[in-house]
Amino acid sequence: MNVHAIRAIYKFEMARTFRTIVQSIVSPVLSTSLYFVVFGSAIGSRMGEVGGVNYGSFIVPGLVMLSLLGESISNASFGIYLPKWSGTIYELLSSPVSFVEVVIGYVGAAASKSIMLGVLILVTARIFVPYEIVHPVWMVVFLVLTAVTFSMFGFIIGLWADSFQKLQAIPLMVVTPLTFLGGAFYSINMLPPLWQKVTLFNPVVYLISGMRWAFYGSSDVNVAISFGIILGVLVACVTAIWWIFKTGYKLKS
Amino acid sequence: MPEPQPPIVTITGLEKTYKSGFQALKRVDLTIRRGEIFALLGPNGAGKTTLISIVCGIVNASAGTVVADGHDIVKDFRAARSKIGLVPQELSTDAFETVWSTVTFSRGLFGKSPDPAHIEKVLRELSLWEKKDAKIMTLSGGMKRRVLIAKALSHDPTILFLDEPTAGVDVELRHDMWQMVRELRDNGVTIILTTHYIEEAQEMADRIGVIHKGELIVVEDKDVLMRRLGKRQLIVQLQQPIDKIPESLAGLALERSADGTTLTYSFDVQGEQTGIAQFLKQLEQLGIELKDLHSSESSLEDIFVNLVKEKS
Repeated sequence: MNVHAIRAIYKFEMARTFRTIVQSIVSPVLSTSLYFVVFGSAIGSRMGEVGGVNYGSFIVPGLVMLSLLGESISNASFGIYLPKWSGTIYELLSSPVSFVEVVIGYVGAAASKSIMLGVLILVTARIFVPYEIVHPVWMVVFLVLTAVTFSMFGFIIGLWADSFQKLQAIPLMVVTPLTFLGGAFYSINMLPPLWQKVTLFNPVVYLISGMRWAFYGSSDVNVAISFGIILGVLVACVTAIWWIFKTGYKLKS
Repeated sequence: MPEPQPPIVTITGLEKTYKSGFQALKRVDLTIRRGEIFALLGPNGAGKTTLISIVCGIVNASAGTVVADGHDIVKDFRAARSKIGLVPQELSTDAFETVWSTVTFSRGLFGKSPDPAHIEKVLRELSLWEKKDAKIMTLSGGMKRRVLIAKALSHDPTILFLDEPTAGVDVELRHDMWQMVRELRDNGVTIILTTHYIEEAQEMADRIGVIHKGELIVVEDKDVLMRRLGKRQLIVQLQQPIDKIPESLAGLALERSADGTTLTYSFDVQGEQTGIAQFLKQLEQLGIELKDLHSSESSLEDIFVNLVKEKS
């Protein structure tokens, strides 16, 4: 394995993050904090409990997941799209690296940024709303697994996209609606029976549910199923990336 | 004459057909000798960049094999690619990065441990040291070209591909680069370059390959090629113009200028006899007085143009 290449890619990507720290870190933390202020402190205090937890605390796991998903996809897709757009991808393609090293470097950096962001959001949330973490180890597992999985998904989008419009299309048109409809702000038990069944086709439901279980010990969906769904998406993403590098789809002519 | 060096790149039956159906390479066989400067010439779209891109791993071949420094570029891609450096035709750079960070990145990508001393040496040799902390976007085109060369040299390749290395750079920088390429060759690096500047190939190359419509139409030592395909001419200026070429000179390869004041005699550089002495003697016998005479030989550009014209 080309460890030096992994380190080079990782350092290069992390340096880009810190060079654009306002855009990469400060901005998402600030915008997520606004949710805590509005829905947690202001409106939340006038709402009843959901699943035995006050509303401000209830939305914490969902909002962390919302940021984690969005940032993981954005970081990873931009990270690999940028060299494609600028033409510097030639260097990656001509270097002695396999898809494993490329993925570890780029996805590792994107996931690291997202995890940093998730932790910062959790710390910031504590300022506005109280919360507890019943299963801290599982919370870390869900945090890391989601960051890695959706960084891989973002990486695939970055490889597939051949314009900035396409790069933005899936996160904005697909991922954001799925996240908002995935139970970040409500329990799926609050939906009419038909919509409770429909919403189970949304994979984000399982992520948020799993994270909420790690926080409060109760969830909309069995935690084992949540865990299995994340692993399933992870395996699907790894397979897709392996195929892309094997065939050179959108990379080599 | 020195013995030919063993091959460092062996290309066998290489073919490339793009999805559009365009056949960019047609069964190309080529051997690059260790330590030489090989110039690949060809008009636009001839297949030069496709050939280089396949060897470097950027484009997939449709058929054929490439062995670089003893390693198959597909089966043993890690070992093969670690030997190769590439300076692409396009000025593709990380605009927001500094010179130092982008060159350091390249070294790591090619599996080499960090070596600031080596990076410094490369940057100094390319007159980039003063710009090491400058963002690439602030550099001129020529300096960006140097950065690409520095990136390609950051991991000490034994084979260096230069795809149009001096395209768009000024004359001074071009001469600097020629000097640098020679020094690299002297240090044991094998250089394969494509160029539109025939003068560049003539100045630097040990061997020349001409590719046209995906086929290698000639591969030859530069000097041999110029001797074999080149022609020399003797241009004779006359004191008095002549109306036509005299009958007794009709058997010679002679051309008369429109105003009749110049005769151009072409002769084979490889021939045993050039025929110059006989020609001049005949002029004297005919009473044709000479004002001036000089000789010229065809450039590599003439040879290249003729070769491509013949194939077209």
